[in-house]
Amino acid sequence: MPSLKDLRNRIASVKATQKITKAMQMVAAAKLRRAQTAAEAARPYAERMSVVLGNLASGITVGPETPRLLAGTGADQVHLLIVCTAERGLCGAFNSSIARLARDHANRLLAEGKTVKIICVGKKGYDILRRQFAQNIIELIDLRSVRQIGFENADQIAQKIFSLFEAGEFDVATLFYSRFRSVIAQIPTAQQIIPAQIEATGTSSDAVYEYEPEEGEILATLLPRNLTVQIFRALLENAASEQGARMSAMDNATRNAGEMIKKQTQTYNRSRQAMITKELIEIISGAEAL
Amino acid sequence: MATFNFELVSPERVLFSGAVDAVVLPASEGDMTVLAGHAPMMTTLKTGFLVVTSTPGNGTRVLVRGGFADISQNGLTVLAERALPAEELTHEILDKEILQAEMAWDATNDPIARQAAESAIAQLREAKEALTY
Repeated sequence: MPSLKDLRNRIASVKATQKITKAMQMVAAAKLRRAQTAAEAARPYAERMSVVLGNLASGITVGPETPRLLAGTGADQVHLLIVCTAERGLCGAFNSSIARLARDHANRLLAEGKTVKIICVGKKGYDILRRQFAQNIIELIDLRSVRQIGFENADQIAQKIFSLFEAGEFDVATLFYSRFRSVIAQIPTAQQIIPAQIEATGTSSDAVYEYEPEEGEILATLLPRNLTVQIFRALLENAASEQGARMSAMDNATRNAGEMIKKQTQTYNRSRQAMITKELIEIISGAEAL
Repeated sequence: MATFNFELVSPERVLFSGAVDAVVLPASEGDMTVLAGHAPMMTTLKTGFLVVTSTPGNGTRVLVRGGFADISQNGLTVLAERALPAEELTHEILDKEILQAEMAWDATNDPIARQAAESAIAQLREAKEALTY
């Protein structure tokens, strides 16, 4: 039976923890709003880009002239996984669910005898994947110092991937991130970015488009840009998801702490009362004995 | 004057959306003006100023870098990798852009890419000169 002082200390410490989780929840809520607006602001560009690409790609037949970013290298041997996670923990299952998706994917590829290379964006994913795939990880991209993800950050990553692709380091690239559905629902997603997956829009008008410069040339400049846009979108969605996950995790923690405080306060009051009663009985029985 | 729908979108935000009279584009094969009823076409852009005229005799300038324009029946959409309205232009930003263009020039040996970088540098220098007045 813990003493009254122990109980008091325990309650005080849980209260302090609750204050921290509450503060973290509010910070996450504020950051979430910002991340969400950023993600929404980026959406028109990405949508426009995919429409334009769809229009272009549907008019082009795959041949030896087709850019390799669209047609692929023709092989399927070396896979590159780009795993985007958060830089910080304490956000529920956010990091581990992305890492699990990537791990399952990697295991399946390895079982098929393929070569797997991994680029980690964000430290947490690296920490989780390092245990199993230490030799497969070729790079860790740290975005810790970045407060608001800008297009330049995505561009740097895309340049890196693009130069690896040009050097023939891999055949297929897949991007892992968490799609932001709502504050309580984030969906870990795997998206193949090289060769580019373009849904041909059947709605392309019959009007004759003029191209300046040639169609192929435009496509060649557009495809690397599309890579950047996809990564940028993934990073923004990830940022919003992270804050959402953290918010709900911290909300849970605050609620749990509240319950714990309630329970312990009850125990504290009970044992305090028991002690008083005991003392009273002692006094009374002492008086009666006289 | 007939107007058409114009949208200027950068990855971070939508900069302009609305009806305009004319837009001058710094297309990669020469500047061009888009008016209402332009034939559908698609072109890439070089670094330079895009001029939006929403009321006659009045234009706002936006510095765009790396992007493309899509002209369709629904209007004109410009997707720019970087877009800076003239009000937001400062010496520091331009210096940074110039530095980047110079680095791009240094990084390639491809004559076409070099030419593009050179013209970008020239454009940016010019913009910087204009800013000092």
